[in-house]
Amino acid sequence: MNTFEVRKLKNELASAAALACVILALIPLMYILFEVVKTGAPAISWQFLTSRTVGTGGPGEGIGNAILGTLLLLFYASLIGIPVGLLTGIYVSEYGNNRIGYTIRFFNDVLANFPSIVIGLLAYALVVDLMRLGFSLIAGSFALAIIMIPIVSNTTEEALRMVPNSLREGALALGVPRWRATLKVVLSNGRNGVATGTLLAIARIAGETAPLILTAFYSSYWSASLTEPIASLPVTIFRNYNSPSKVLLEQAWGAALVLIMIVLSINISVRLLLRNRTSNGKREVMKTWKARLSRKA
Amino acid sequence: MEGKIVTEGLNAYFGEVHAVKNVGLGIKQNAITAIIGPSGCGKSTLIRCMNRMHEVVRGARVKGKVLLDGKDIYGPATSPVMVRTKVGMVFQKPNPFPTMNIYDNVVAGLRLNGERDWKKLDTVVERSLKLAALWDEVKDHLDASGVSISGGQQQRLCIARALAVQPEVLLLDEPCSALDPIATAKIEDLLFDLKDKYTIVIVTHNMQQAARISDHTAFMYLGELVEYGDTKKIFENPDKELTEKYITGRFG
Repeated sequence: MNTFEVRKLKNELASAAALACVILALIPLMYILFEVVKTGAPAISWQFLTSRTVGTGGPGEGIGNAILGTLLLLFYASLIGIPVGLLTGIYVSEYGNNRIGYTIRFFNDVLANFPSIVIGLLAYALVVDLMRLGFSLIAGSFALAIIMIPIVSNTTEEALRMVPNSLREGALALGVPRWRATLKVVLSNGRNGVATGTLLAIARIAGETAPLILTAFYSSYWSASLTEPIASLPVTIFRNYNSPSKVLLEQAWGAALVLIMIVLSINISVRLLLRNRTSNGKREVMKTWKARLSRKA
Repeated sequence: MEGKIVTEGLNAYFGEVHAVKNVGLGIKQNAITAIIGPSGCGKSTLIRCMNRMHEVVRGARVKGKVLLDGKDIYGPATSPVMVRTKVGMVFQKPNPFPTMNIYDNVVAGLRLNGERDWKKLDTVVERSLKLAALWDEVKDHLDASGVSISGGQQQRLCIARALAVQPEVLLLDEPCSALDPIATAKIEDLLFDLKDKYTIVIVTHNMQQAARISDHTAFMYLGELVEYGDTKKIFENPDKELTEKYITGRFG
């Protein structure tokens, strides 16, 4: 064998090894998806999705209130977590080349790897206990928002750091103030990364269970009140799985399937939204512009 | 010293590095001034001091005066934002905004500063692109992305973008170094046409380019201004030996 053939063989071996690893990594994922769909799908029905949990495993039960609860928790947590995380990320990336920036970055990294149950305890001590709000939607949203902030902030920072400096300078050289250049040029160029980070954060908190047990707790009733306990899909799964009832167990798998669907649909819809927005320009204006041109011609 | 832009005892630093040393230079109005010199001699830093872009870099400092129409742009009453609307800049690498279409790129400076009058913007787009000799090539696809056109077109788009805010001075930092000879020729022709209306300063590595298009030439070496005068004189009969050596290619 000459050198070339040896190299070719090495290349093929390495490619094969990489492919094998990909498959190995995909097996558990595929298995989970398959198992959840197989076991969970029989539980899904219109009535299952729209009725509340009673918790006895009797007929006419569902997870409607848990779906609503999870959506409300995601909504309120995002309402707090996304703006705070986004602004922190922008600060650290664009203005954070100083001691404050380094400190924020350090605490972000620590917080991002914090056990979520400890964040649940913090929310319990602060919102449930100290502020006397009790187990409530607001306490759960607070805990989830705290988990979101470092994720959103870190991914925003990374996305903005990828934006080439030449674009910042290009905007500044036009006599654009720095904050406008940051918002309209830097953020706009990093928005895919920022959106991906935000999605990751929402997906991550959608499955959080431990902090919710300590904050939002559980309810078998319909509720949208900020100060009442509220059901959520992960906590419903947890409770049902601990029960001996076969029906409740099947409901847990159904709830898991719904949870996965919610996460997937958030993911896909934001990606579609981003794909269609490749240009910043006002399309209607472009139309009138074209019309003007054709009139001239 | 006289001129549209005058530097007096200008020093620029990057942290501890002294990049521009005590430069006094008068840039003449409605003329093209070329700044030449070997890599790292402080040419780019010098022009970046003229629209306060030097201080954007972390750890960068400026000492001395830069007078625009006799007023110090580093004075307490002037903001960098105001200076940059009067003194525009085109960079070495074309840097159109990738998320904006050609139309939005041209009027980026106006729109980002809150201009919403679309009729006015339409006029500015047409005027600026015509000035930059790009109108005929892009007028039918103004909604295409700013990075979808060729490198030479992108650089002319950047010139149009700089002209759209109606500056009085245009600084160009090696604008042709990433372009092929044909695109370079187009930009040189364009600069020649623009000098009736604007004061132009161009940093270039290419001595033929400086000789072709500029009226005045400044030669810099190791952060110092070695010689400054009419281009013809600098290239044909320089006073300093160092200048002659550089021009004839014996170092640099």
